[in-house]
Amino acid sequence: MRKRGLETVHDLARQFEDVVYVGSDVGQGTLDGFRRDFPDRFFVEGISEAYVIGMAAGLAMNGFIPYVNTIATFLTRRCYEQIAVDLCMNNHPVRLYANGGGLVYAPLGPTHLAVDDLALMRALPNMTVIAPCDADEMERAVRASHDWSGPVYFRVARGGDPIVSKPEHDFAIGKALVFSEPEDLLLITTGVMLQPALIVAERLAELAIGVGVIHVPTLKPLDRQTLMPNLRKARFVMTLEEHSTIGGLGSAIAELMAAGERHPQGVLKALGIPDRFPDRFGRQENLLAYYGLDADAVIRAALGFLKLDVADGRTRRKTGL
Amino acid sequence: MSTIPSPPKDAAFRARCLHIRKEILQMVRFGKRGHIPSAFSVVEILVTLYDHIMRFQAETPDWADRDRFILSKGHGCLAQYALLADKGFFPRDWFKGFCHFEGELGGHPEERTPGVEATTGSLGHGLSIAVGFALAARLQQRSFRNYVVLGDGECGEGSVWEAALAAAKHGLENLVVLVDYNKHMSYGPTSEVCNLDPFAEKWRAFGFAAEDVDMVAEPERLRALLEQSPLQAGRPTALICHTIKGRGLPYMENDLSWHHKSKISEGDIEKMIRDLEAAHA
Repeated sequence: MRKRGLETVHDLARQFEDVVYVGSDVGQGTLDGFRRDFPDRFFVEGISEAYVIGMAAGLAMNGFIPYVNTIATFLTRRCYEQIAVDLCMNNHPVRLYANGGGLVYAPLGPTHLAVDDLALMRALPNMTVIAPCDADEMERAVRASHDWSGPVYFRVARGGDPIVSKPEHDFAIGKALVFSEPEDLLLITTGVMLQPALIVAERLAELAIGVGVIHVPTLKPLDRQTLMPNLRKARFVMTLEEHSTIGGLGSAIAELMAAGERHPQGVLKALGIPDRFPDRFGRQENLLAYYGLDADAVIRAALGFLKLDVADGRTRRKTGL
Repeated sequence: MSTIPSPPKDAAFRARCLHIRKEILQMVRFGKRGHIPSAFSVVEILVTLYDHIMRFQAETPDWADRDRFILSKGHGCLAQYALLADKGFFPRDWFKGFCHFEGELGGHPEERTPGVEATTGSLGHGLSIAVGFALAARLQQRSFRNYVVLGDGECGEGSVWEAALAAAKHGLENLVVLVDYNKHMSYGPTSEVCNLDPFAEKWRAFGFAAEDVDMVAEPERLRALLEQSPLQAGRPTALICHTIKGRGLPYMENDLSWHHKSKISEGDIEKMIRDLEAAHA
């Protein structure tokens, strides 16, 4: 995903003279092709994120579309104020390409784990927040971003994630994608949590439990038009995100339900990372399992969630439990 | 350094600075508050830039070839507002709304104000943005120049030095940093809070062509240096402008109780205007 998104930036630079690349200190050889083709528009500025955001703002204020590439935690935590003041306050079209969204850098420890990035970025007025599920969707998102107004945050996953997005979903920034209609349970995902959600849906179908799946690649602006009718239909809603349960997808859906003019009938359970700094290493898969975000754990959580209602005697027959 | 140099080398320049200081007080009259000493400190620098150096079209504030100016020490904005109104960027009538709920002008500069290039107020942002401007000029093969005024206390921000490293790396001849070195921050003297000296040497070490300018004894030298800039081929320029916080009113000069005042009365304003004129005479 990471590589495809960057290759797409290179491709955009071929089409549009206003596209500029700004890196801090990412891996050697990153976008060598871009540097060869457009050396004037290729900047590697060193470990200086606060400066990089201001500099990118200065370019954007003069008609350029800078794509800033660095590690997610350094982008969101280190220079939050520059993002707020230099980019968001006056709606300047800088694109933040944030590597290692979520638990990607598991072995590197909590300084490198972006588990609050969506919350931080979502809190900023004018910011658009996108977490694609796979390389194909990242390409669509980056392509769509060139003409998008205002700043954009891309949460970039590890790479090699199974391709599950489809061209027929007709990706657009700000649009939620319905993979299957809500039945007994509606799973709402963002980023690479779509993949386990699809597995969960398949396995619960074997137990005669109908699971709808809606993928929300754009956390902000949230696609109220698609989400609200589905939230009204669903009795049980579960959100799934590789992010703190504070401020991310679960919060966004809860805010939507709380603000609904006709309050949805469903109840919401938000699965995510608890409110504490990660304290284990290993691989991304290890941490996802640790936090109950792998398919097996999500199935257990879903069954527990549905059983709550079984105790009321309302859905016993429907869920078959 | 004294505020009453004798004899004045350029009476017209001094008169302009007095006028701008009085305009600053007119805004304070309506807002009843403001960072007066920080604005007074930067007046000579801004009058030099707006009257003699920068190319702009007040009626077309976004003219593509205009020189860019960022007041990175945004709390000195009263001085910039006075000059922008003076040059016709917006009506002087806007002074009446200074810091008011429905006013156009707030306590720090905002991009929405005609003639203001970047929202500042949070310190340490302006130089990075100005580097982006200077790189944009180079990419677009435009000849506009980029001026940024930093406060001395602001130079404690690490982002200033990140941007300085980058400006030198890119050899930005079209970038001029002017530091309003009044030697005071909100809490106390910069020499005590966080010493900056040897200051010009620091800028040189970071790759700038740097000069000290005594804005009391020889303000006209600033104009000469700006006309000559870049001072060295392939380098950005840094001009360390030695100023006085609160300059123009003897009792305000270097008195930190004035840093930000509120509840300023009509009588206070009248007295300050009289005192400014008396000190100028």
